[in-house]
Amino acid sequence: MNRQRAASLLAAVLLLAGAAEPQSTTKPETRRSGFADMGPAIQAIQRDDTQNPAMLWVKEGEAAWQQDIGGKPRNSCMGCHGDAALSMRGVAARYPAFDTRLQRPINLQQRINQCRERHQGAPPLAVESSGLLHLESYVAHQSRGMSMAPPDDARLTPWRERGAQWFARRMGQLDLSCAQCHDGLAGKRLAGNPIPQAHPTGYPIYRLEWQGVGSLQRRLRNCMVGIRAEPFAFGSIETVELELFLAQRARGMPLETPAVRP
Amino acid sequence: MARTLIHAPKTARAGEVIEIRTLIAHPMETGYRPGENGQVLPRDIIRRFSCRYNGELVFSAELYPAISANPYLVFHTVATVSGTLALTWEGDNGFAQTESLALQVT
Repeated sequence: MNRQRAASLLAAVLLLAGAAEPQSTTKPETRRSGFADMGPAIQAIQRDDTQNPAMLWVKEGEAAWQQDIGGKPRNSCMGCHGDAALSMRGVAARYPAFDTRLQRPINLQQRINQCRERHQGAPPLAVESSGLLHLESYVAHQSRGMSMAPPDDARLTPWRERGAQWFARRMGQLDLSCAQCHDGLAGKRLAGNPIPQAHPTGYPIYRLEWQGVGSLQRRLRNCMVGIRAEPFAFGSIETVELELFLAQRARGMPLETPAVRP
Repeated sequence: MARTLIHAPKTARAGEVIEIRTLIAHPMETGYRPGENGQVLPRDIIRRFSCRYNGELVFSAELYPAISANPYLVFHTVATVSGTLALTWEGDNGFAQTESLALQVT
């Protein structure tokens, strides 16, 4: 009985100590995934693959991975990469990455389309199309549980720095920056909704609001519409720069793909 | 064919209560939302789900526009004899899909 009381007292002291610490998203120990801010019902959906509707996208992606699209020289993703569980493990954790041919960073969706064009001779899939989201979900799912590991590539530095500037820049009619909410007010509430720290660890995600799966770019555009700014175009270099910065900010956090959010 | 995810035991003891979880990819368009051109999108929902155990109806549900996309349904039944469970989703625009599961009762 005494031991129990002592333990609960200790827990309370630790809790107080934790609450007193200054809020900072750059220190690894204070970072938390958006998953931790969700209610237990949504957490339960994400935890259980038989409930998680995003697994429908992963399964579709698995079929698309194996599908013979009649391309040349390679007819399917599997034709080159073989078993995705081995060849794609850890890939999503490293993106966006630098593409030497384009001389700029590209994200996972763009990499999939590059691969289609260069190695399959197939037309690229439309941005944010279901076909592309299926493949992206499937590829990213292979890295679930791995740590975010953005590449230490010096060529990425200027782009990443621009991403950091976008993150700190006030935008739109509401004149808000990403950092004001997601660094400064994370953990508090915007109307009834918790403000997460905005770590991109679960993309592509299933949003209940979307009733479907969407990419990080869609989420960024969503936020920009929310602050009444003109959103960056899908596939634009500005969104990739932001993705680069966010990946760096979440370095070491585990990937959750496919995540579920309200 | 819509993608489905079905989770059910392959074997069960006679008299055991088994749980069947189903998830199906479907937009469940309510018929109340305006589309990009301002016109109301026509309704496209699953209206009925049923499960037949060796032909006998053991569970059914009516679905309505308020049910979200990709509906997830969980139900229970009692395993009696070995056979098949036929899960059927039917809806607007002639949507009909049946998935069959084999169940071994020991």
